Amino acid sequence: MAILEVEHVSKTFDKTEVLKDISFSLEKGDVVSIIGSSGSGKTTFLRCLNFLEHPDTGVIRVNGETLFDAADPQTRQESEIRKKRLHFGLVFQSFNLFPQYTALGNVMLAKELLAKEQPDYKARKKEIHAEIEEEAKGLLTQMGLADRMNNYPHQLSGGQCQRVAIARALALKPDILCFDEPTSALDPELTGEVLKVIKELADQKTTMIIVTHEMAFARDVASQVIFMDDGRILEKGTPAEVFEHTKEERTRQFLSRFTQG
Amino acid sequence: MAQMPIVIGALNSGFLQTLRLFFITLIGAVPLGLLIAFGSMSKFRPLSMLSKFIVWIIRGTPLMIQLLIIFYFPGLVLHKQIWGGGETGRFLAASISFIINYACYFSEIYRGGIQSVPVGQEEAGLVLGMTKTQIFFKVKLMQMIKRIVPPMSNEIITLVKDTSLARIIALQEIIWAGQAFMKGSQGIAGEIWPLFFTAVYYLIFNGVLTVLLERLERKLDYFR
Repeated sequence: MAILEVEHVSKTFDKTEVLKDISFSLEKGDVVSIIGSSGSGKTTFLRCLNFLEHPDTGVIRVNGETLFDAADPQTRQESEIRKKRLHFGLVFQSFNLFPQYTALGNVMLAKELLAKEQPDYKARKKEIHAEIEEEAKGLLTQMGLADRMNNYPHQLSGGQCQRVAIARALALKPDILCFDEPTSALDPELTGEVLKVIKELADQKTTMIIVTHEMAFARDVASQVIFMDDGRILEKGTPAEVFEHTKEERTRQFLSRFTQG
Repeated sequence: MAQMPIVIGALNSGFLQTLRLFFITLIGAVPLGLLIAFGSMSKFRPLSMLSKFIVWIIRGTPLMIQLLIIFYFPGLVLHKQIWGGGETGRFLAASISFIINYACYFSEIYRGGIQSVPVGQEEAGLVLGMTKTQIFFKVKLMQMIKRIVPPMSNEIITLVKDTSLARIIALQEIIWAGQAFMKGSQGIAGEIWPLFFTAVYYLIFNGVLTVLLERLERKLDYFR
């Protein structure tokens, strides 16, 4: 069964149609790269998946459960949506780390707040806290930040910040981890270290959707590539299909700009 | 020089009243300002319009006039003595006036502080499954506090000096106490230096406040 099914999602901002009838599905362990020029709707699509925007039409299903159905007002309530967001993780272009917490604090915060909702929280407070801390430390170590855990975001480089942000998203064990141009705010040197950890996650069969302008990376890491243009999915396939046996003229045009540059 | 102990004693008790008004204003206006800030940022139009209207009236008129209206209006126009008599009544009226006035100024500082926290902070909290309340208290509040400390320090120092406006309704704060020696009090009359000397009290107290507020600012320097 598909881990994620998206059907006929569309979204309009003030008369501008940003997403036009987007449908696709994803299997567990898939890594999908979404490429396309700026303004093609890639970021809006990720924001819809994370319910930062509400699609005007369409259905979003995870593991067969309908999380969002534009036709069913009940699925649009804020209280309903909060828990559903946890199926997805989102790594932002600009990191959005919480500046007043250390790297470790950033990774632990949301998990600790969620733990307070557990019925046995009061009785096992210390134990739960220790578990969360242990997990967070493990994730930061995995991200190569073992010696940076107690640093505040402003003491870290952009690449380190983005790796903290990835650990923070992973801490909640999302079914699908989304990246919104994770390296666009980084210089080429720092880009590499972030792409490396994403590649490692792909090797561990983490289900991911990655919006990126790094074509070589998109091709290398992805099991599926989607080319979006003007709010539509124009082309979809394996990296070889999209990059080497391009079907659409528009895709070819887009890709040629990257290979030339 | 024999006057000195008498004058200092009177000024001290006047300054005590000044301090009372200062602290009660802070205690009242700091939270009330937050309510007004939320009001003016509310998506519910009537509430935001009302909050903005109140802020406009209060910031647009002199505090001295507000003091006079709040103190005298109920008695003179409505023929109801809601403040009670004497110094307690004056203090109550002055406190209410100052709290409302400063809450409005604070609310604008808070609003600026809240709005200056990048949207990305809220979005990051949302995708991590936090509630709006958790995001406010655990994520945005500290960043907002850090941003508002410098403008709040400014207002707080202004407040120390503004308490002297309560003289207009004869609140027995330090200016009133100093002036008393011009007309005559405790066997001293025609002396203006006690009034001038009140400045020293303000200066020293503001010096202490400045140091404390700077220390707070430095404490918040651990993040950016």
